[in-house]
Amino acid sequence: MQLALEVGQTAQPEAIMFWILGPMAVAAALGMLLVKKAVHSAILMAFVMIVLAIFYIAQDAVFLGIVQIVVYTGAVMMLFLFILMLVGVDSSDSLIETIPGLRPIAFTAAIGFGGLMVSLLGRATLGRDAIGLAAANADGNVEGIAMLLFSTYVFPFEVVSALLITAAMGAMVLAHQHRTTARPTQRQLSINRFRGASLGTAAGLPGPGVYARHNAVDVPALLPDGTPAPTSVNASLEARGDMLDYKSFDLAEVNTQIEEEK
Amino acid sequence: MDASNYLYISALLFTIGAVGVVVRRNAIVVFMCIELMLNASNLSLVTFSRINGDLDGQVMAFFTMVVAACEVVVGLAIIVAIYRSRRSASVDDASLLKR
Repeated sequence: MQLALEVGQTAQPEAIMFWILGPMAVAAALGMLLVKKAVHSAILMAFVMIVLAIFYIAQDAVFLGIVQIVVYTGAVMMLFLFILMLVGVDSSDSLIETIPGLRPIAFTAAIGFGGLMVSLLGRATLGRDAIGLAAANADGNVEGIAMLLFSTYVFPFEVVSALLITAAMGAMVLAHQHRTTARPTQRQLSINRFRGASLGTAAGLPGPGVYARHNAVDVPALLPDGTPAPTSVNASLEARGDMLDYKSFDLAEVNTQIEEEK
Repeated sequence: MDASNYLYISALLFTIGAVGVVVRRNAIVVFMCIELMLNASNLSLVTFSRINGDLDGQVMAFFTMVVAACEVVVGLAIIVAIYRSRRSASVDDASLLKR
């Protein structure tokens, strides 16, 4: 009984490369599944894609190997990272299951599916050795693919080009946002500034920093009457709780403190 | 080493990708797992191309790449659109039709 799909031995250097890179690719793919942060998943995914590109080149598919690096690790993964930055880098998965028992079922099904595939491959026989691409690549790999692409597969090729254009259009339509209100004009903005709720902010908000004691960005500015202006500190600093307590910089408080020290 | 080992690793990567689609909840990670499955099938196409000694498999893998690129463009646009309206990229949060 033949236990494995034997299609011919590869050269020794290719075997060494396979046994080094193959487990690394599987480990990276597993890591992609297990790491919590989406960015780490993306980096591991890029690694798997580069390993696959090396596999393609090792299997005489030079054109596909280069395209894999240019299109996948170059364009697609950058697009993924770009969207990750847009959506928020720290968006990590919560580890609570919303569907009870989903994970055990998923892993059982995966072991079943993987076992089925592997045992299927293990029991299949081709009845002959691998032919290899030496004859097909005789004029060069790119030329060979171009020959096929522009003769046998010319209609699918055109259909795929239509698909690309449609996808680009679809992405534009999906990403487009309609304004629900009219864009305010310069005149309107100016009127809002001077006839709005407060004339005090018409010239812009005051900058942070109390001179003589502190002039850092986390300290509110002092207004002419000696009271601190909390609006002078950046709102995100305030939200993070990094703003110093502005009451201690009130001029009246400082005066009394100095008198007590005397 | 036998050339069919590439097929085994392709089956493994495909399975891992399938588990990722089911288990992970961040829509972007789910998407990356789908990409992993497409890449795994590409590897087996390239391997079969080598076994059979013609370039048809490689042309198929090339078409798969093009379709995958289209899919990424549209899918990520959908994720961005969902994120804009719901402020979340988790696939479990978009469950309005459930109730």
